Amino acid sequence: MSAAPLSLEGIHKSFGTKPVLRGLDAEVQAGEIFSIVGPSGAGKTTALRLLDLLDSPDAGRITFHGKSYPIRSPESLAQRRRMVLVMQNPTVFRATAFENVAYGLWLRGVPDAELRGRVFAGLDFVGLLEAAKESAEKLSGGEQQRIAFARAAVLNPEILLLDEFTANLDPFNVRLLEQSILRYRHETGCTVVIVTHNLFQAKRLADRVALLLDGRFVEVAPAADFFEHPVRPETRAFLSGEMAY
Amino acid sequence: MTALRRPREPLPWPSFVTVWRVAFVLAALLILAGMAVSIDLQPRSFIVLATTTSARDSGLLDYLIPYFQSDTGIGVRYTAVGTGQALDLGSRGDADVVLVHAPSAELAFMAAGQGLCRSPVMMNQFVVVGPNQSDPAGILGLTNATIAFERIRTTHALFISRGDNSGTNIIEKTIWSWVGYTPSTTNDTWYKESGQGMAATLDIASQLVAYTLSDDGTFLVHSANLDLRIDVQHDPALRNFYSVIPVNPSVHPSIFVAGALRFAKWLTSERGQSLIGNYTAGGVRPFQPDGQDLCP
Amino acid sequence: MTDFSEILQIVGLSILVSGTSTLIGSVVGVPLGVLVALRKFRGRNFVRTVAFTFYGFPPVLAGLLVFLILSRGGPLGFLGFLFTPIGMILAQSVIVMPIVMGITISAMMTVEKRLHDTSLALGANERQWRTTALHDARVGVFTAVMVGFGRAISEVGTVLIVGGNIRGQTRVLTTAIVLEISQAHYLEATIFGIILFVIAFAVFAFLQRLQAKGVV
Ligand SMILES: Nc1ncnc2c1ncn2[C@@H]1O[C@H](COP(=O)(O)OP(=O)(O)O)[C@@H](O)[C@H]1O
Ligand SMILES: [Mg+2]
Repeated sequence: MSAAPLSLEGIHKSFGTKPVLRGLDAEVQAGEIFSIVGPSGAGKTTALRLLDLLDSPDAGRITFHGKSYPIRSPESLAQRRRMVLVMQNPTVFRATAFENVAYGLWLRGVPDAELRGRVFAGLDFVGLLEAAKESAEKLSGGEQQRIAFARAAVLNPEILLLDEFTANLDPFNVRLLEQSILRYRHETGCTVVIVTHNLFQAKRLADRVALLLDGRFVEVAPAADFFEHPVRPETRAFLSGEMAY
Repeated sequence: MTALRRPREPLPWPSFVTVWRVAFVLAALLILAGMAVSIDLQPRSFIVLATTTSARDSGLLDYLIPYFQSDTGIGVRYTAVGTGQALDLGSRGDADVVLVHAPSAELAFMAAGQGLCRSPVMMNQFVVVGPNQSDPAGILGLTNATIAFERIRTTHALFISRGDNSGTNIIEKTIWSWVGYTPSTTNDTWYKESGQGMAATLDIASQLVAYTLSDDGTFLVHSANLDLRIDVQHDPALRNFYSVIPVNPSVHPSIFVAGALRFAKWLTSERGQSLIGNYTAGGVRPFQPDGQDLCP
Repeated sequence: MTDFSEILQIVGLSILVSGTSTLIGSVVGVPLGVLVALRKFRGRNFVRTVAFTFYGFPPVLAGLLVFLILSRGGPLGFLGFLFTPIGMILAQSVIVMPIVMGITISAMMTVEKRLHDTSLALGANERQWRTTALHDARVGVFTAVMVGFGRAISEVGTVLIVGGNIRGQTRVLTTAIVLEISQAHYLEATIFGIILFVIAFAVFAFLQRLQAKGVV
């Protein structure tokens, strides 16, 4: 059996004296939507930044198909380019919507003719074809979030990492983005890791769910089991909203 | 140069690098062009003259330089600074020739071997000027500045000092030392310092209806706009002698010594002396020729 | 005193000297600011502090330093640049460079907070991230250059000390103003002042237009 596209082994990370992650272990399977849930401040964003090779863990290994890459090495850049992280509160470049979506393709030296086709397809995918020439900063929050998704999707990543990508959005944009993601995964078969504190969203999208608490994954289970038959008492408390955070 | 190497990977918004490269090339070209121009000027066809503000403010230099240039083909670039700085520019080799009026400092400059030779050029005099309509200290018509200052002190008549350690300011302090009193702005409400040049100080004195000490040249040039008149003049102690000193080329090889000597000799020549004697400003002749060629 | 062609010459020299200094100061200051803001190296905070200190460096002091360097006795005295426009340009570059660098650093640090992760997450390497940051901070960088020019054209300390205010050679607007004031020619001083103001105004109006048009 070939190694999982993404796996975490004993990941530790602290900021100063404050431990945030205290031994994360998980294997994400090819083509699945893996959701990390947990209260805010649990370390979800921290974990995603480690997964995207933007920061290195204090201890433990992150492997991609069995290989790990020290950050800032040329190989890590290549691996970084096989995946994309869409950040919490995404920020757009002070440029047009087109240029924003084209950004990652420029970095990879995609030839102009091909690039235009992919960018317009990406804008179309999130319903912003008409806004191509508009300044991205002037778009609404929801539209900017869709730009951020398109900007990531046009790169055809093997792994898509999404951090609270619908926080602070209106229901219309939430639905639109969630559908985009499901459709995108369906069309490309890419692996998706979604971080959210919204349980309903996890339920709607995820194949498997992991609960991050006190720096560890206390329960990792298929979505149906996780929500219907949680094993751990912490999970039951979290799901019922009894946990005070 | 790293900046000019072709990038291995495409840069987003590369126009900013392009703008930088264009700016870099432009800056380099401008610097090279500037250097080419200044290097082209060697051997020099001009001399650098360091002189005092009073020589500039009287208008004499702007009047003399075109004559000198047409007589000799040598241009004069002059910078007008304080007496001390003018001599210092000479001793640094930054000026080819100095024209100043501070005999004791000039002698020290010569004694240090910085000057090639020192020729007297001309003289003017210091005068005590005061309000046109009144004379609160009662000094009009005196020919002794020390007595005049004494009366200003006893009557507490308003007096404006340059307060800037200029040659004029030093003379003023010397007169006060003859009076035997050192006025200060903290103790004497009648004594004020302008901290500015002669013309500006005269303007302040005029506006405040006060006395001040001035060289007669600057005063006469500006007198039309001033509500001031000369109260005290012809005090032998207040005569002001100008000398020209080419800088010693054996100390500073970069000196354009031929040009500097030419300038010194021209100023003390009959031609230079008669131009100085005939120079008029505000309807008067501020400088008396006093030249004597002491240069080799 | 001063005729029209001489005024033109003074205005032209002012723009040439300050413009060239701004060009040199920016060509050096912008990339340095980018590197200091974005590169992680030991002593980075120290370099930033130094840059911000030089930001408020008194021009007369810079003038004195450059004077001592360009004076015949100084290390670059053999070049004979004292009392020449080149000397003035060098002196003003010394003033402009830290200003441009300092403002560039501030602009870059704001952008870094906003975009660094985003850019890297989309696959940028360090070089690519730097031009990205430069593009995003372009308004700030452009402002830096303009502030540098404004400082250069309106300062009097260095051009007076290093240039010597030589008529027809190194006299610029600010030294002309000082000269006219010292001679109590307040009308002439005011006229030069208005010209200076108009130039500064034109430059900043131009900047605003570019910004409004979205060019930068
Ligand atoms: N760069 C950092 N420096 C110091 N502390 C940090 C840093 N990043 C995150 N933290 C801390 O780590 C904890 C987890 O943060 P985060 O991963 O953003 O949580 P989540 O995304 O689950 O809400 C928080 O307490 C936060 O304050
Ligand atoms: Mg978070």
